[in-house]
Amino acid sequence: MDTERRRVVITGIGVVAPGSMGREGFWDMLTAGRTATRRITFFDPGPFRSQVAAEVDFDGVRLGLTAQEVHRNDRFVQMALVAADEAVADSGLSLGAGGGDDAPDPDRVGITLGSAVGATMRLEKEYVAVSDAGAHWLVDPRYASRFLHHALVPSCGATELAVRFGAHGPATVVSTGCTSGIDAVGYGSQLIEDGDADVVLSGASDAPISPISMACFDTIRATTACNSDPEHAAKPFDARRDGFVMGEGAAVLVLEELQHARRRGATIYCEVTGYANRCNAFHMTGLRPDGVEMAEAIGRALDQGRTDPAEVGYVNAHGSGTKQNDRHETAAVKRSLGPAAQQVAMSSIKSMVGHSLGAIGSIEIAATALAVHRGVLPPTANYEVPDPECDLDYVPNTAREQKVDVAISVGSGFGGFQSAIVLASASRRAS
Amino acid sequence: MSGLLVTGMGVVAPTGVGAEAHWASLLRGEPAIRPIQGFDPARYGISLAGQVLDFVPTDHVAPQLLVQTDRWTWMSLAAATLAAEDAGYDDPEDAYATSVFLAAGSGGNEFSQHEIQGLWAKGPKSVGAYQSIAWFYAASTGQISIRDGRKGPSGVVVSEGAGGLDSIGWARRVVRRGTPAVLVGGTEAGLCPYALLCTETSGRLSTAERAEDAYKPFDRRASGHVVGEGGAILLLEEADAARARGVQQVWGEVAGYGATHDAYHHEAPAPDATQYARAIRLSLADAGVTPEDVDLVVADAAGTPELDAHELQALASVFGRRRTPVPVTAPSSWTGRLMAGGSALNVATALLAMRDGIVPGIAHLDDPVEAEGVDLVQRTRVLDLEVVVVLARGFGGFNSSLVLRRHVGEEGAA
Repeated sequence: MDTERRRVVITGIGVVAPGSMGREGFWDMLTAGRTATRRITFFDPGPFRSQVAAEVDFDGVRLGLTAQEVHRNDRFVQMALVAADEAVADSGLSLGAGGGDDAPDPDRVGITLGSAVGATMRLEKEYVAVSDAGAHWLVDPRYASRFLHHALVPSCGATELAVRFGAHGPATVVSTGCTSGIDAVGYGSQLIEDGDADVVLSGASDAPISPISMACFDTIRATTACNSDPEHAAKPFDARRDGFVMGEGAAVLVLEELQHARRRGATIYCEVTGYANRCNAFHMTGLRPDGVEMAEAIGRALDQGRTDPAEVGYVNAHGSGTKQNDRHETAAVKRSLGPAAQQVAMSSIKSMVGHSLGAIGSIEIAATALAVHRGVLPPTANYEVPDPECDLDYVPNTAREQKVDVAISVGSGFGGFQSAIVLASASRRAS
Repeated sequence: MSGLLVTGMGVVAPTGVGAEAHWASLLRGEPAIRPIQGFDPARYGISLAGQVLDFVPTDHVAPQLLVQTDRWTWMSLAAATLAAEDAGYDDPEDAYATSVFLAAGSGGNEFSQHEIQGLWAKGPKSVGAYQSIAWFYAASTGQISIRDGRKGPSGVVVSEGAGGLDSIGWARRVVRRGTPAVLVGGTEAGLCPYALLCTETSGRLSTAERAEDAYKPFDRRASGHVVGEGGAILLLEEADAARARGVQQVWGEVAGYGATHDAYHHEAPAPDATQYARAIRLSLADAGVTPEDVDLVVADAAGTPELDAHELQALASVFGRRRTPVPVTAPSSWTGRLMAGGSALNVATALLAMRDGIVPGIAHLDDPVEAEGVDLVQRTRVLDLEVVVVLARGFGGFNSSLVLRRHVGEEGAA
């Protein structure tokens, strides 16, 4: 029965994003319209077609991780742990050892962590050692890290979170490529809706700025070749766009059942009122220009919260900045929102923080939740030359003060995955 | 009628390609654990594996897809086709009515090793166009969706060895939200040099050189496990929808599911097995059955003395007060452990056992450990099966339990 439907709210947000520090640094950067894209510093990008990325200046130990956590975990896990620490602190929940009287039942705390490429960076780095830089197919075990199995299987990221926060509920890594970050939060919401958890740490993390990842996107020309002007390399919806800028980072959200949050007087950023994903069953990397399947996902997600398209005030776009994505997505928003698309504000924060593959979905949900809660919409940076095929309001270059009751965040990924999640302001739902 | 039915299964396992070949091999008692072929593993201290030797990729996968994908995906594509054929599942008019929701453990290992090796030996231009779509964990799900035109809500979960069961747990949520059919399960292919080395660092592989010594779950001489490849994909259908399309066979019902995490240590299992036992109890409660109702448990059977002891402890905690000890078997002892593919394969094996009323015994179980309240099945046994529990654990503390129930309906059992 609808009156008994378990509702899901966001009560904590933690972010590790390029060019900033923590949730507030991230928000300041977005609302200032500042870009974090730069020439790659992690390795010499000289031999690569795309030489820019949005890197995080990240030091796990300085951010509260132990030396052993840093030693055994790939960067994607480290960033997820730091983001989760901030999210849990933000929520005011006492999780883990020494929880107080109002601490949630550890058996009812779940974990859903998204990641598209898991521990690629560590797997590659270790491969260089065991193969002597690609010289030997039969790799040398004497040079292997003790923690290679941790790297091979990305579920170790969910384990690290579960251990850190004493979460005995269902735990999993969600790995649906570039929609992982939306799907992880969607699944986390479903755990709460279905009564299998009261609190879920949901988010995503990816650290793909390594030679193998850059090389494989080079060959299919998915990434930008705008190497001469890294700060302006990511140009979603702009006619000059020429591919995405690789990024990295993590975001973790504390999802909580509404009554659970209310009982303890938690600050509620917003409610998750709908989530849906669909596949285009078309092509691993290609997108049809009509956006039908993404529109279907948006429509179903709105239906779940019985939301009229006209209520949607903001669309946080996938906006990767590839020719076909931005066209596809513009069509999908028009198709799903109908006439309301002409009024909706839509922006891509990838213009500032790059495209961190699976992580970006959760980072974008974090941005969307903050936008709903604070009444400010982050802009699309580097937007100068309109494209006739992308003719919506992309909030060019300058953040906009605007109260929105309902916002959508969407994503699209290799494999044909299309996902949409709907966030509604707490005041709207309480009324 | 409501509920969730298994209406098709596709098996690609060391014991055979196709469910019946796999089952016949188990009933003949032919261990599929053999010396590793394809590369010399001597330097890793490992000599045995469960390889799928009679899998001919070109029999199952179109040439243009073969070059784009890893062996892991070849086996998934084959298993998905076998499952749909087994179910007599024609493409429904509504493309959104079918989902692909698989588990993955380690991705496109061999493909990726080639590409990383090429990159470091020869430079970025040696990396081919398909690396970006071949190795990532969603590759098999995406390729099946595209090849077969499945547009429903699809997903990929990673929880190491527990993944096969977890994909079923998540698929139930998809079905609850209105999608009537979901392909679940998964395969694994970790038998290239680098992936094997990675797995070896888990410290859980047996270094024994003879199959009868290498993977002996619940035996006093247990020394670890052997890696296997392959797995299974199953078609789950919401019962009303299955009936509406005139389903001809039903393997069984997915009756209950439970999942927990030890949250104890990044690799060591919780010594009290409390959360493992809780996962089993959750699944029984979900299915509305008591421990007395359970006719068989298909164990995770990790094959190290410590992990086996924890599993028996969890079983004793749940089933210890039964009037008779609960029968427990471990079909993975014949194939090696297939990570995410293994728990999916165990579901297929459990349903085959249910159909025929025959339980394969545990391979190489010569000297069983003390097991309170547990009846370790040493030899093939005839046993009427109504309710079977399948267990799985994932490295790091994932615990999952699935309850299968024999289907009673006019369609008749498979």
